[in-house]
Amino acid sequence: MSGLGILFDVIISVLIVIGASFALIGSWGMVRLPTLMERLHGPTKATTLGLGGMLVGSMLYFMLGEGQWALHELLISLFLFITAPISANMIAKVHLHELRTQGDDAVAGPAGRPAAPSDKANWATYEAPHADSVAATSES
Amino acid sequence: MISYAITFAFVCLSLALALNLWRLLKGPTAGDRIVALDTMVINAIAVIIVIGMLTVNDTYYEAALLLAMVGFVGTVAYCKFLLRGDIVE
Repeated sequence: MSGLGILFDVIISVLIVIGASFALIGSWGMVRLPTLMERLHGPTKATTLGLGGMLVGSMLYFMLGEGQWALHELLISLFLFITAPISANMIAKVHLHELRTQGDDAVAGPAGRPAAPSDKANWATYEAPHADSVAATSES
Repeated sequence: MISYAITFAFVCLSLALALNLWRLLKGPTAGDRIVALDTMVINAIAVIIVIGMLTVNDTYYEAALLLAMVGFVGTVAYCKFLLRGDIVE
C-alpha cells in the first residue's frame, strides 16, 4: 500500500462498503417484496448500483494503490448497466406470459393485470404475431 | 481500513447470496427463479472483484467480465425458452 494517502484509503473503503450494502439491500428486497414485478426492482437497480460502486472502488484501488492503469474495470460496469434493463425487460415479459397462460392462478402485481391488446397487435410472448400486423416480420 | 471494508463486503455478499438461494429454492414462479439466478450471478461477480482486491491480483477482472457475459446470456436464454418454447428460432 505504498504511496496511498489516508484520503484515498477512506474513499476506497467507503465505495466498497456502500457497494456491498446496496448489493445486500437489493437481495433483501428480492426476498421481502410480495410479487415478481416488485421483486424485479431490487436486483435491477440496487444490486447493479452496488456492483458499480464496488467496481469503481476496485478501479481506484488498483490505480492509486498499485499504480496500475486499471480503467478496464469500467467495462464490467458498462456491460452490466447495458444488460440489466434487457434482463429486467425479458423477465417482465415472462411474468406477462405467465399471467396470460396460467389464467387466474397467477398472482398479478399491485398494478393488476395488463389491459388486453387490440385485435391487430399482440403481446410479444408465446403466440406468433398476427400475419397482418406490423409486428409480423416473416411468413408463419 | 480497506481490509475492514473488504471483510464487511464479504459478509454482506455472503448474506446476499444466501437470500438469493432462498428465493431460488422457494420460487414460487419460474420468473422468480430467473431473477434469483440473475442476482446470484451479479453477486458472484462482486465476490470475484472483492477477492481480486484482497489478493491484489488484476487477473480476477477477466473472470468477472466472463461471468457477466455468460450470466446475461443465461438469463436471456431462460426467458426466451419460457416465452417461445425455444431458444434459437
